[in-house]
Amino acid sequence: MTHLVVVGASLAGLRAVEAVRRDGFDGEVTLVGAEEHLPYDRPPLSKEYLAAEECPDPRYREEETFAGDLDVALLLGTPASALDTAGRTIAVGDRTLSWDGLVIATGAHARTLPGTEHLEGVHTVRTLDDAVALRAALRGGARRLTVVGAGFIGSEVGAVGRKLGLEVTILEALETPLARAVGERMGRALTHLHRRHGTEVRTGVAVEEVLSSDGRVTGVRLGDGTEVDTDVLVVGIGASPATDWLDGSGLTIDDGVVADETLAAADGVYVAGDVARWPNALFSDVAGGTMRLEHWTSAADQGGRAARHAVDPAAAKPYETVPYFWSDWYDGRVQFVGIAPEGADEQIEVVAGDDAQGGPFTAIYRAGDRIVGALAVDMPAEVMKYRRLIGGRKTWADALELAEQRRVQRAQKQAAKERGEGA
Amino acid sequence: MRINVDWDRCTGMGMCESLAPDVFEVDDDGSLILHTEEISADQEGEVREAVAACPTEALSLDGPIDA
Ligand SMILES: Cc1cc2nc3c(=O)[nH]c(=O)nc-3n(C[C@H](O)[C@H](O)[C@H](O)COP(=O)(O)OP(=O)(O)OC[C@H]3O[C@@H](n4cnc5c(N)ncnc54)[C@H](O)[C@@H]3O)c2cc1C
Ligand code: SF4
Repeated sequence: MTHLVVVGASLAGLRAVEAVRRDGFDGEVTLVGAEEHLPYDRPPLSKEYLAAEECPDPRYREEETFAGDLDVALLLGTPASALDTAGRTIAVGDRTLSWDGLVIATGAHARTLPGTEHLEGVHTVRTLDDAVALRAALRGGARRLTVVGAGFIGSEVGAVGRKLGLEVTILEALETPLARAVGERMGRALTHLHRRHGTEVRTGVAVEEVLSSDGRVTGVRLGDGTEVDTDVLVVGIGASPATDWLDGSGLTIDDGVVADETLAAADGVYVAGDVARWPNALFSDVAGGTMRLEHWTSAADQGGRAARHAVDPAAAKPYETVPYFWSDWYDGRVQFVGIAPEGADEQIEVVAGDDAQGGPFTAIYRAGDRIVGALAVDMPAEVMKYRRLIGGRKTWADALELAEQRRVQRAQKQAAKERGEGA
Repeated sequence: MRINVDWDRCTGMGMCESLAPDVFEVDDDGSLILHTEEISADQEGEVREAVAACPTEALSLDGPIDA
């Protein structure tokens, strides 16, 4: 192995180049990125970056780190446009790069509402440039914010809007927001969080038309004919994996680049992050097939794995993981570990707190005889304890036992606190 | 070997706890409790994983491993 090429200069790509250098790989390493920016952290873009008075710098590393410590050649500002797996080359602008090992970490692009891309006041939140524009729009005297899509990113932006004092309406096509991510019942519980903070959430509504005047958004018309006036419209309807550039490469593309359990998509080609679809062996008995995650933790993890496999395919091992994501709403935190099996409602047990008013609470998810997931709202001490059980393929009975232990521990702590305060 | 926590960065995310529960624990209020600062050789593997997994890059290691 002499030349490792990593395509996609974000979280997964950064972790890829760092992992092999940490292992002592002494070949050439090139990191190719479509954006002009050095790799930066995306989660803050829908959170602190919009809310904080002072704009935080989301870059992970300084430019000198790449040239110096890491000895990585950066090729930023031009996307890779083609892959030849037989000849082991990629095209970047008018250059052709040869590789011995390749990591594909091109992530995902925000979906847009067709025809609205050039309207002033319409925003998506995926890139730093998106966040700079949205930050200015939210702070530039806007009074009303409308968010299309009650997913995690749309919800976070809505929450920031409230914090900044805007009137916020979230429009969701599904009857229950986030039903696919956390199940119907928990989707309803999370919707309470919005309502509790004065955000209007309208579910089961279709956006028929985006209204504008002089090239600027003024509102949306819904399927039932009602109109919602707005100054800023945020489109949060998910992301599509960035696979266009792989047309004709011969790789299997199916909502992501499909790989085997070692993250290999072809000889010498490995995938990582939001673009990667692979069979997660940890859940093969309860949820067959492949999964694609759009979570910080798995992107970081897979980046390192994919690159290690790319430089030493003979040592490649199956990659399995307990998915984890968090999302910050208002002053609280939503955390989820594992998977929410289909038809999850009958399989959920609320083991702490109360979901009726949107928390704080912790709920655990079952599939067959196993615990496979856990959701917590404003109970930061809970989910990671279940994450270990899920990763260890523990039973539902084990999970209920932990839940009982935790209940006792919390009660003891509470009692001690009350005694302390009484003294 | 010692664990350093950058307390300004840590947001109580708990990835570290799920990988090395003997060393890290997130408290009910979301603050991180370090059960030990000096780590032993047999804890090194999982602590390194925890350092890599922290979403805020709040953890780092320095110094030699004590036998
Ligand atoms: C606003 C926002 C908030 C989020 N909040 C959370 C959160 O709270 N918790 C959580 O767990 N996760 C969160 N996520 C998800 C997390 O940020 C992603 O899972 C992570 O960024 C994925 O990293 P990645 O490297 O796979 O892909 P990306 O970060 O999407 O990066 C891919 C990079 O590849 C580049 N690229 C694309 N095509 C090409 C090409 N042909 N050639 C070269 N380069 C190319 C892109 O320009 C991009 O820079 C959030 C994401 C966003 C956008
Ligand atoms: S993973 Fe990082 S942010 Fe989370 S508790 Fe541990 S040190 Fe803090």
